[in-house]
Amino acid sequence: MRRALLFIPVVLTVILGIVLFQRIGKDPTQLESAQIGKPVPAFELADLLDPSISHGSEALRGKGPFLLNVWGTWCPSCRDEHPDLIRLAEQQGVRIVGLNYKDERPLALQWLERLGNPYALSLFDPDGKLGFDLGVYGAPETFVIDGDGIIRYRHVGVVNQKVWSETLQPLMQQLGGQG
Amino acid sequence: MRAHQVSPHRLTLLMMVFLLLPVSGWATTDTYPFSDPQDADRFRTLISELRCPKCQNQNIADSNAPIAKDMRDEVYRMLQQGASNEEVTESLVGRFGEFVRYKPELDRRTALLWATPVIAVLGGLLVVIGIVIRSRRRPERTAALSDEERRQAEALLKDSGNDR
Repeated sequence: MRRALLFIPVVLTVILGIVLFQRIGKDPTQLESAQIGKPVPAFELADLLDPSISHGSEALRGKGPFLLNVWGTWCPSCRDEHPDLIRLAEQQGVRIVGLNYKDERPLALQWLERLGNPYALSLFDPDGKLGFDLGVYGAPETFVIDGDGIIRYRHVGVVNQKVWSETLQPLMQQLGGQG
Repeated sequence: MRAHQVSPHRLTLLMMVFLLLPVSGWATTDTYPFSDPQDADRFRTLISELRCPKCQNQNIADSNAPIAKDMRDEVYRMLQQGASNEEVTESLVGRFGEFVRYKPELDRRTALLWATPVIAVLGGLLVVIGIVIRSRRRPERTAALSDEERRQAEALLKDSGNDR
């Protein structure tokens, strides 16, 4: 009995070790999103390509699930993922809505002209208002949104082939979309 | 023209003095004017208790990440509109998640977190009490040998005598 008590510190240490070990290799910057299951916050934003057109929340509804990609020309990782987005849009027919976040219109237009435009719709959010309401704290971030405009998933960081095929594609198929 | 030139030594000194300036103050130099000093206090408290989601070990008062500035602006805007502290915190938690609270709410998920200090203190007290009780009891038991122990000791002493 007395001898069994001597093992308590060892047991506690092992439990602590297991708890700490589970976080090793995980990215601490990938936070849970508070927005999952909620509709896209109401917004009123100009079209990036045509400043005279303004879009509201209804522009995102009724066309099936899509990816909402938050990007900016100031964001180096956005350049990394851009070819992947173009491939998804052109070869797999994925509907991607772009949210140009805290950027300048001429720079953004130049970027799309030079690197190609994967976006079915481009929203221009120079003050980061919709981004803020979505809980965006950096770019790139990509949200999976269903046909009813409900946020289903949020990916922080670059969307590459691996992220697409392992995470986003299964979710999009489950929601009944292209891919 | 020569008279206006700064000597290199003095320039170096000036740069060193410049290095001593508090850098952390720069992030909060944006002015947020309040008419009511109480609101200004609430503002300072709120931005020191909200955590920046980008630079994860800073509150939004200290962080100069763009997102921290957006959050400060939002806190300021809401306070100007007469929002309560809870309303401000809830609106930011609703956007960025529980992560932004430096002071987590007391609910089922965080109950263990809040209870940990109490559990640790109680556990420590139990151990101390146990040690005290045991050390008090021991002298009575070990003061003298029981008859059985005395017999064993004699037998052992006799054995070792035979070995010689």
